[in-house]
Amino acid sequence: MRRHDARTAAGFLAPFGILFALFFLLPIVYAIYQSLFTIERTGALGLGGEEQVFAGFDNYVDALQEPGFVDSLGRVVVFAAIQVPVMIVFALVLALLLETASARGVPFFRTAYFLPFGVPGVIASILWGFLYVPGVSPIVGALDQVGIHVDFLGGDTVLLSIVNIVTWEFVGYNMLVLVAQLQSIDPNLYEAARVDGASGWHIVRHIKLPMVRPAIVLTTVFTIIGTLQLFAEPLILKPVSTSISSHYTPNMAAYNEAFSNNNYHLAAAEAVLLALVAMVLSFGFLRLIGRGGDRR
Amino acid sequence: MTDTRVSPPPTSEAPPKPREVRHEPRRPTDSTLRSRVLVVGGLAIAAVYFLLPVYWILVAATKSTGDLFGTSGLWFANPRLLDNLENVLTFQDGIYLRWTLNSVIYAGGGALIATFVSAMAGYGLAKFWFRGREAVFNLILAGVFIPMTALALPLYLMLSKVELANTYWSVLLPSIVSPFGVYLCRIYAAAAVPDDLLEAARIDGAGEFRIFATVALRIMTPALVTIFLFQFVGIWNNYFLPLVMLSDPNLYPITLGLTSWYTFAGRQPELYQLTVGGAFVSVVPLMIAMVVLQRFWRSGLTQGSVKG
Repeated sequence: MRRHDARTAAGFLAPFGILFALFFLLPIVYAIYQSLFTIERTGALGLGGEEQVFAGFDNYVDALQEPGFVDSLGRVVVFAAIQVPVMIVFALVLALLLETASARGVPFFRTAYFLPFGVPGVIASILWGFLYVPGVSPIVGALDQVGIHVDFLGGDTVLLSIVNIVTWEFVGYNMLVLVAQLQSIDPNLYEAARVDGASGWHIVRHIKLPMVRPAIVLTTVFTIIGTLQLFAEPLILKPVSTSISSHYTPNMAAYNEAFSNNNYHLAAAEAVLLALVAMVLSFGFLRLIGRGGDRR
Repeated sequence: MTDTRVSPPPTSEAPPKPREVRHEPRRPTDSTLRSRVLVVGGLAIAAVYFLLPVYWILVAATKSTGDLFGTSGLWFANPRLLDNLENVLTFQDGIYLRWTLNSVIYAGGGALIATFVSAMAGYGLAKFWFRGREAVFNLILAGVFIPMTALALPLYLMLSKVELANTYWSVLLPSIVSPFGVYLCRIYAAAAVPDDLLEAARIDGAGEFRIFATVALRIMTPALVTIFLFQFVGIWNNYFLPLVMLSDPNLYPITLGLTSWYTFAGRQPELYQLTVGGAFVSVVPLMIAMVVLQRFWRSGLTQGSVKG
């Protein structure tokens, strides 16, 4: 039986609790605090020195009035709208294929799909960058030879090229989560269904998909949160693509605001806005699918 | 996630394979043969997609700067892998090795402490009742939803104030916090660590921490390995946090170091080859680790999703 012992529990929770408070809760509070202030220069021509003054929601208004930042928010939302379905459907197809009776070489394929998860995003982006740049890329070269001319780094395509990099990195991980859940299904269910005359497709549709639902929900939420943080991939592609500005994503905009323009207060407001969008979208999604579904 | 609904967690041992049952020899008919060709064909095409960039970097790492741009990326040309590797390891007085060591310190040290701290908290939440326990747990869970990059900027400002920015600590300390680890540990401890065993140890007069360290930790090992791996890869692959925190190249992890070479390559073309070679060297050990440790990934992932 559990011991009703708050003091012992506190002892076990203390190390994590202190770190969580210092490096998770405090930064959030600090960002909100910082976002409510601004730097004002005093004296003639602003030479009299700097002073931190309360600004209310001015920084938020500034951030939302700056077309660059609003565009970047819109861009990652569009990016997420493409990335999330691509990621989940691809991972699901791979997981289902690996778990069919017809599959062969399963350990090899599973490992091959999972490998990119071990490659840091920046290195994956450098790699794919070489595969996108005409002149170096064997892919662009091969397509040219058969008369297909693609510009992976153009204004219309570069976002899709980033989708490809992120997909390459994380599909294997999401696939593994789904495979793990598929393997926890009682195989007798399939036998029973088969006896009842269910086809392979029926088993997928009526047994496998409903049973992996919690894993699909989990991977979707993590993918939503991950896509909104988009930073490394476009940053690495920026030197080779003229279509990527320094405000391409909210994270790039906030980083730029803080370290190029030294406007930490505006950057803090942008960081808070990004966190808000991430929470609204992920909780919104949970809400949406929560009706009648698996609830905690 | 009430504890009663948690089924016994699978261990790291491979679960009994239900698939074997389905593989029992059936009469090979035309339709099973056709579906096998389709399935394996699909799997193979996907494998090409995932392995092509890996193959490309293997080939590219053997080339000179000239051949990197002048020859087909899909086949070797005047392979000189060892020369290239030597260049990578000796450039700028061997700073690459320093970056590797830094990455090992950040990822290894951070993941180790994160795992231990998460295990304590998860165990505490699973095995002791106190007022507001669920509220505490939900607060920690909410942490999973906060984008880490949104925390990095305010963290930098905070750590600058106490003069900890641009130190090892600035990357190491934030990496220790793993809400997901606490979540996994709580579920695993609740399901796998028997209360009777703890009670027996108490009757023997063992202290609470001692019981945790000698009894509970051992039972929780499969979950701990999973958390360690997740955290290790997460920290190793992290870019935004060190980018924000560090300005001294001697403190850079590999991700940041290689990117700094890549950024300068426009002006100094031989850096392209160094970037490619350095990326190759950094990717290989991690890939080997992914393959060798795969069964641990799966066991822990089931934990995370099935009960989510």
